[in-house]
Amino acid sequence: MTPRSPGEGPVSRRNFLRNGARVAALTGVGAVVGTLVHRTSSQTTVWQIDPLKCLRCGRCATECVLDQSAVKCVHSYDLCGYCELCTGYFVPEPNALNTGAENQLCPTGAIQRKYIEDPYYEYTIDEALCIGCGKCVEGCSRFGNGSLYLQVRQHLCLNCSECAIGRVCPGDAFRRVPVSQPYLLKTSH
Amino acid sequence: MDLDIESGVEAPLSKRWLWPAFLALAIVWVCGGTAALGEARFPPPEFESGHALPLTATPSPRSLAMQHVDVAALVGALGLACYLVHRRRSRRGIIALSLFSLIYFGFYREGCICAIGAVQNVALALCDASYALPMTVLVFFFAPLVVALFAGRTFCAAVCPHGALQDLVLIKPVKVPAWLDHALSVVPFLFLGAGLAFAATGSAFIICRYDPFVPLFRLTGSATLLTLGGLFVLASLFIGRPYCRFLCPYGALLRLAALASKWRVRITPDFCTQCRLCEEACPYGAIREPALTSTTPPVLVPARRRLGRLLLLLPVALFVGGWVGSKLSVPFSKVHPTVALAERYADPNKPTVMPIPATPDSLALGRAERDAPQLVAAAVDIRRRFVLSGWLFGGWTVLVVFAKLIGLSVRPDRTDFEPDRGACVACARCFMACPNERVRLGLLPASAIPTRPGPGLGTGPTAAGTKRD
Repeated sequence: MTPRSPGEGPVSRRNFLRNGARVAALTGVGAVVGTLVHRTSSQTTVWQIDPLKCLRCGRCATECVLDQSAVKCVHSYDLCGYCELCTGYFVPEPNALNTGAENQLCPTGAIQRKYIEDPYYEYTIDEALCIGCGKCVEGCSRFGNGSLYLQVRQHLCLNCSECAIGRVCPGDAFRRVPVSQPYLLKTSH
Repeated sequence: MDLDIESGVEAPLSKRWLWPAFLALAIVWVCGGTAALGEARFPPPEFESGHALPLTATPSPRSLAMQHVDVAALVGALGLACYLVHRRRSRRGIIALSLFSLIYFGFYREGCICAIGAVQNVALALCDASYALPMTVLVFFFAPLVVALFAGRTFCAAVCPHGALQDLVLIKPVKVPAWLDHALSVVPFLFLGAGLAFAATGSAFIICRYDPFVPLFRLTGSATLLTLGGLFVLASLFIGRPYCRFLCPYGALLRLAALASKWRVRITPDFCTQCRLCEEACPYGAIREPALTSTTPPVLVPARRRLGRLLLLLPVALFVGGWVGSKLSVPFSKVHPTVALAERYADPNKPTVMPIPATPDSLALGRAERDAPQLVAAAVDIRRRFVLSGWLFGGWTVLVVFAKLIGLSVRPDRTDFEPDRGACVACARCFMACPNERVRLGLLPASAIPTRPGPGLGTGPTAAGTKRD
């Protein structure tokens, strides 16, 4: 045996262990990455609401991590009946079928009502005002065609790993969709 | 108390009087269901005026090219941090890079994507084959880890926005007592274990949910978390990096990696005069004293005995920890929304009449009534997974505590003052505190310090020599 100076033995042993640990750790990380790399998608996913599962509970307005929820009401015009008495626009038993605030279901007046031709009216969502409370969605889905529904607006959504609304959604309506098709729109066909 | 959700499926059947309520609910839900399908109760109009239907606007997510910029910024910043710590040895460079990271990864990217949370995505992807892990998240998970295996925690030094924020606001560091430091340094490992357990079962991303800094970066969030973030920033004024040292789960992982790192941070490339100035300069208590020179048996024997006892006790403790963890898994499984809903469904005291207007909870219960078999089956499956992760988490907890105790019982092999590989976040503060480094850079005359290693701890003219500077 070659003579060793005091202290050299333990140091080299520890370095040996350290090198071994490093190789083991690199192998471990490599294994994890190797397992996942073919399962990863270059295509990111984003959160979206399945309108068929949405229960219009109103939590979208309050649970988003953003001050102004990224969920807004959208309108599929091809499904809309263009009704004069829109149950998504008017409160039940309105005083009159006009744009008076007391007649409107929307708490922020975010739905614009425009006369097209007799007897049709067009309803448009002003997204800057919409808070995603789903009151109009409830009215439209329960008594109308269901052409108003909630969607995550992707230009606003922060795409959190865990959607703060999704985890308290009573309908389990939030799911991840590929970013190439970031909306789950209702259509007539 | 926890309820047996498996037997809960049968519970409503035994109570005949509940049936009318369920039937009524079912009718309501069938009606609601058809409405949700968008059935045209009112046929779409055919306009005589030729009015064209507007299109539904579908604004796109934020640019995807940004993801590649994020990855490039991460890799660039990691490389630069390694260069600044190990080659340039420049605290100023680290401050500048910290500012960049704080602004880019913090306030611009709003703390997301971040390597701290990426651990959970990776755990979920490993356990759930249907979860598509974005490539960016994978890179954010492994790049800092691989760098730490070679160059130590340079990610913590200046790339992580959480660390950068705490590091930059530190004005008057207070020394945390060693016993408290050691005790609290176990917490990140437990947080990591819990985060992995919850993520792997697909229940929650608790590391993201309780992150105190991301709401600050976003300048919005719940009042509780914003307050927590504010408190952490306040604490960071006086306690060096409280989140990194005593909470950060990714820091725990990097700490392990850094223990095996190839190159460590060297306070001075020259000899150590053992003046303790670096120890004073480190706000994170990461600099360790040299080992006692007298390793006579009376000193070593109790430590050896303790080490032996710990190693003998470890297997038993592991089993006990795992068992306790598996028992705790049932109450903790309620964190998963599906299990929570199934338990409410199985609860014999649940409300039977739908309140008007419906609350979100009553709506959820209504959904549970509709597809009870699937829900209960899913909940039972999730609970089974929770039992396994309970065993693992319990065992992990014991292992972490024992590893800490064993680490304290192992004789250090240091001959000089050295940063602890795991605890050092490579902030580069100690470099300029070292008189030898100043001599090397020509900032002090060589005569100010002895030319050979000092005779012992805290002796020699060094300290006095630096005070004149």
